[in-house]
Amino acid sequence: MALKASQLKVADVYSECVVENLTRTQIVQYAGASGDYNPIHSDEVYAVYAGHKGVFAHGMLTMGLTGRMLTNYVGDARLVKFGVRFLSQVWPGDTLTATATVTELNKVGDQDFVELAIATVNQEGKEVLTGHATARIDP
Amino acid sequence: MTKVRFPVEATHIVMFARAIGETNPVYFEAEAAERSEAGGLIAPPTFTEAAAQFDPDYRLRPKPGVKWFGSGATPSGIESGPPSATSLHAEQEYTYVRPIRPGEVLTRQTKDGAVWEKASRRGGKLVFRERIHEFRDEGGALVVTARAVLVTPVSSSES
Repeated sequence: MALKASQLKVADVYSECVVENLTRTQIVQYAGASGDYNPIHSDEVYAVYAGHKGVFAHGMLTMGLTGRMLTNYVGDARLVKFGVRFLSQVWPGDTLTATATVTELNKVGDQDFVELAIATVNQEGKEVLTGHATARIDP
Repeated sequence: MTKVRFPVEATHIVMFARAIGETNPVYFEAEAAERSEAGGLIAPPTFTEAAAQFDPDYRLRPKPGVKWFGSGATPSGIESGPPSATSLHAEQEYTYVRPIRPGEVLTRQTKDGAVWEKASRRGGKLVFRERIHEFRDEGGALVVTARAVLVTPVSSSES
């Protein structure tokens, strides 16, 4: 199921809906697993007090969800690099779609690599995260 | 900065993988994972964030006997209220040497990277700080590097 350089071309696209109607409970689940208990993500009373409209997702939850699309595409244990910029907050109720677009195909020695541009958008089409990744692929 | 000892456990990987909506057996089922290309259970690409669980000085975890800034009887347990200059996570980038596997013990070492400033559109400035976490295995070999960029808004009166 690994990607093959011979079957890929620049501008190929892979996309997945990575969360539908994000729940506050999933944000709490991420807080518990990651250890980031910042109340801004899990405590509505505090989040409003701190000047937000309510709790919002950890940026790293959005990156984790986006990473799921990425590993589903390139395969397990294939990533060399995965980087993102956080552009906009993700709120309970959001539905996120993550997309990888092939930007380059490279070969270093005998090893093929794919370079990907990454973007995750919410239900309004607004980018919440953009980034890049590099993965080892088969010939 | 202090080194953090990060024991990688299969149950912790399961909890983390569930939180990011994973169903991939490579994170959950040892036998299926052994038959896969990964050759055994591995951790998801952003799992090193969970090293925070093992950082004794981590600020974003309530600690016994220490006032917590989230709500209880009042909207914040700290009288001064929300910190005015909280840093935001602007960027995150991982460089992987190999996947992380349950049963190993990683050591996280933190290095400060570059610091730079930009004028803020709201007046004042934004201070960007790079923080680099290196995760090494018991043999001292680098496994993952995690580079974060944190941004702190500084109003013109504070600067």
